[in-house]
Amino acid sequence: MDNQSLNNLTRGIIKENPTFVMLLGMCPTLGVTTSAANGLGMGLATLFVLMLSNLAISSVKSLIPDMVRIPCYIVIIASFVTVVELLMAAYLPGLHAKLGIFIPLIVVNCIILGRAEAFASKNNILQSLFDAIGMGLGFTLGLTSLGIVREILGSGSLFGWSFVGEGADTMLLFIMPPGAFLALAGLIMIFNKIRGVAK
Amino acid sequence: MSYLMIFIAAIFVNNIVLSQFLGICPFLGVSKKMSTAAGMGVAVMFVMTLSTIATYLAYHLLLVPNQLEFMITVVFILIIASLVQMVEIILKKVSPDLYQALGIFLPLITTNCAVLGIAILAAQKDYNLINSVCFALANAMGFTLAIILFAGLRERLDNAALPNAVKGAPIALITAGLLSMAFMGFTGIGH
Repeated sequence: MDNQSLNNLTRGIIKENPTFVMLLGMCPTLGVTTSAANGLGMGLATLFVLMLSNLAISSVKSLIPDMVRIPCYIVIIASFVTVVELLMAAYLPGLHAKLGIFIPLIVVNCIILGRAEAFASKNNILQSLFDAIGMGLGFTLGLTSLGIVREILGSGSLFGWSFVGEGADTMLLFIMPPGAFLALAGLIMIFNKIRGVAK
Repeated sequence: MSYLMIFIAAIFVNNIVLSQFLGICPFLGVSKKMSTAAGMGVAVMFVMTLSTIATYLAYHLLLVPNQLEFMITVVFILIIASLVQMVEIILKKVSPDLYQALGIFLPLITTNCAVLGIAILAAQKDYNLINSVCFALANAMGFTLAIILFAGLRERLDNAALPNAVKGAPIALITAGLLSMAFMGFTGIGH
């Protein structure tokens, strides 16, 4: 794999991580991460849509007139979201019920339209796929780590496996809405420290 | 459910931003100044109410009779995107003043998940037209209240001495967290 492909693949994971650096797609990030499994499920669903939409948009980019490109991208993305939603309702009904309204809302996730506009509309199919995988994995990583922190603190369990006794006092705040904001703030601070932004 | 209860529930108890996490992007993005926050709030109120009426009609006159409910996402986002574009063109022609005030916010609203989210929720809850409009208006008012309060807090924070690690996104999120905690005090009203 040459240097450029590797760069496109890894950029989304650390340097331009959508959750911790770009602050994109905040609604699902805060809304569904009450447990690690939910975060992982949402991340993978977004990764899937992002890969398909980047592939499709990159392959038809020369056919779309510049004036109407945004509506065209939105229709392409919305179709893939519908595919994912129907697949999820059929094969993972439990997860589908938990993610609820946030599945159709993948359409308006700024990461997907943002990557279509900033990357897939200008680059070839293979590079667009690498970009989508990198960004999607970065988003999945962000959602899963936020889900892990909130689940450990809020319910005393990890991926549904509980390690505190029955009736233990966990910090319920963290699975309630304010906890989402506070936990994400903490994670961004740690991420900034690791990246060496803050001194 | 009485109309008053729809309003109280949507504005305070289940605030769209602070407890349902819809519309977080504009909430964090355009809340540095109180005046722009108020502009965004009014623009959202306008578009959300109009789009909920349009999507209600499309859902009940087009999708349900033809058993095409699974197309809801594609159809709704197309309606909202074209509606926003249309509002922009009409405002520019009819009321240049209002266009000046709201213009820059309108394109951003297409990707505001609160607008699509409320349209879909209203369809899922099987509200009739009047209830849908009340629901949309109430949620838009909740959004406006939250973003104006948040902008007010952030204006004050500009003068605070903060550690480097907290500057920017983290302090904004912590502030939002505290605001969300305050709104949790309304839990239980209306039961």
